[in-house]
Amino acid sequence: MQAIINECDLLIITVASGKGGTGKTTVAVNLAISLGHANVLDCDVEEPNAHTLLHPEDIRITDVTVPTPVVDQEGCTLCGDCGKFCQFNAIFVGKTKVLVYDEICHSCGGCVLVCPEKAIEEKARKVGEIKSSKTGDVYLTYGDLNVGEPMAVPLIKAVKEHIVKREINILDAPPGTSCTVIETVQESDFVILVTEPTPFGLHDLMMTVGVLDRLDVPYGVIINRSTIGDNETVKFLKERGIQVIMEIPFDRRIAELYSRGEPFVNELPEYRAKFQEVVRHIEETVRNGT
Amino acid sequence: MAREIAIVSGKGGTGKTTITAAFIAISQNVIMADCDVDAPDLHILLQPDMNKTEEFVSSKVAVIDEATCTGCGVCESSCRFDAAHPPDINSISCEGCGVCELVCSEGAITMQDKVSGHIHESSTRFGPMVHAKLLPGEGNSGKLVTEVRRRGLQSAEKQGKDIVLIDGSPGIGCPVIATVTGLLLGVIVTEPTLSGMHDMKRVLSLMNQMRVKPMVIINKFDLNLDNTRDIEEFCKEDNVEILGRIPFDSIMTKSMIAGKTLPEFSPDHEIVGQLHEIWKRIEDYVKMTK
Repeated sequence: MQAIINECDLLIITVASGKGGTGKTTVAVNLAISLGHANVLDCDVEEPNAHTLLHPEDIRITDVTVPTPVVDQEGCTLCGDCGKFCQFNAIFVGKTKVLVYDEICHSCGGCVLVCPEKAIEEKARKVGEIKSSKTGDVYLTYGDLNVGEPMAVPLIKAVKEHIVKREINILDAPPGTSCTVIETVQESDFVILVTEPTPFGLHDLMMTVGVLDRLDVPYGVIINRSTIGDNETVKFLKERGIQVIMEIPFDRRIAELYSRGEPFVNELPEYRAKFQEVVRHIEETVRNGT
Repeated sequence: MAREIAIVSGKGGTGKTTITAAFIAISQNVIMADCDVDAPDLHILLQPDMNKTEEFVSSKVAVIDEATCTGCGVCESSCRFDAAHPPDINSISCEGCGVCELVCSEGAITMQDKVSGHIHESSTRFGPMVHAKLLPGEGNSGKLVTEVRRRGLQSAEKQGKDIVLIDGSPGIGCPVIATVTGLLLGVIVTEPTLSGMHDMKRVLSLMNQMRVKPMVIINKFDLNLDNTRDIEEFCKEDNVEILGRIPFDSIMTKSMIAGKTLPEFSPDHEIVGQLHEIWKRIEDYVKMTK
């Protein structure tokens, strides 16, 4: 593994899926453990789960803040320019004062620029925390979005600041294909798509494949619980020439280990070699691509 | 006025859509609304006939006129989203705030309407359905969810239905906040895994914050009986009603592959009986709060 890391300086593998609950976190964590050392970054800041498998201790916590406007009511003439400018309806100019709705503010800074009285300044507002730790040789960084905060992207950006050089960075993406997923995957060298061979799994996989094709990021598919479901997923992948890089059959033991927060490669070590093989495949793809 | 009930989970893949579809088939008397606008799956089981499809426009995107742009770079340094790279705009990163248009001294930038997704009003074999699909990479899921809910209520009014049943999305961010705001009842489908419990607690605290009544269904309860007991104790302490525990059963996947709801696929199955009872309890709650 060391060769590729030295060669590219930086290797980012993102584990994504369209559908939730297909096994992204399971793959990300078991892959990291199988490699022996890796840097895991859980970018699902709404519902981070990698720590429920890695059980980190000695967690270093840092706050994540976003700039949010504060109006100096003394200096404000209630002219209404800020409210008119704000595209997100985060500022309401009333008859006696200006109200700022912090949670829906996108921190664009426009209100500060348009205020003719210079009565608006920005203060840092905490939206969540970044937690970093080390379990064995696996580093884990995850974000914890404050409950009630709608916007996850600033926190995902903060998690990604923990991407390190000369290491395999494994990013665990949130489900779906919206802004949070694009933010997570966009600089990846390779994306592992985890799916399950069911109609829901396939539908959401097709959606994600469309996005990755547009972003022009190389990817391969891990079919989880490959023994349940039907053949439609395999058929689709074959037709599209998309490579299946691993299959994990349905195994109640894996489900039970997951429920207890135990990475399954610890109990079923035969999977370690398979995950290492996955990384070798990625290594080749990245090397041939660059 | 009809009342809204949403099925949410925090964690993805716990069985939201399968259970929502089962309730729809049992009741045959609700308006259905799929508020998982990022990865909607309910239509796979309900096969709606789309009567009306509209573009959803709720934000703007900056466009630079290359001929007028002098490449001075002031937009680039003012853009907080790393979207302005004159003469180009990265439309995925652009949040439509309008700051670049404001600072451009040449008047080379205009803000144009942006289609963020599509919204459908449909008919199914169980009644009317409202659903939507956010375009990949979009960040307006909250607004689209609100629009789906508005149309769901409208349709309920027209058809004289008492309940709008909403299939929610995983997570606790923007779309989930928009989904739970002002609900009569939020049903959390959880599973007895450490991550399932962790995610349930976060969505529960979101619902407490928004003053929305929660109830819980434990799916795949026999996967880990200790964790199931922990969930039950936790809910008891928090005064959260447990609607039922559903065993881990391959019928969930089999019915999905058949493209049917559980009650259609296997009307006499034990789980279907349980879901009938749970739905009855939900209906009773709706009646009680009238």
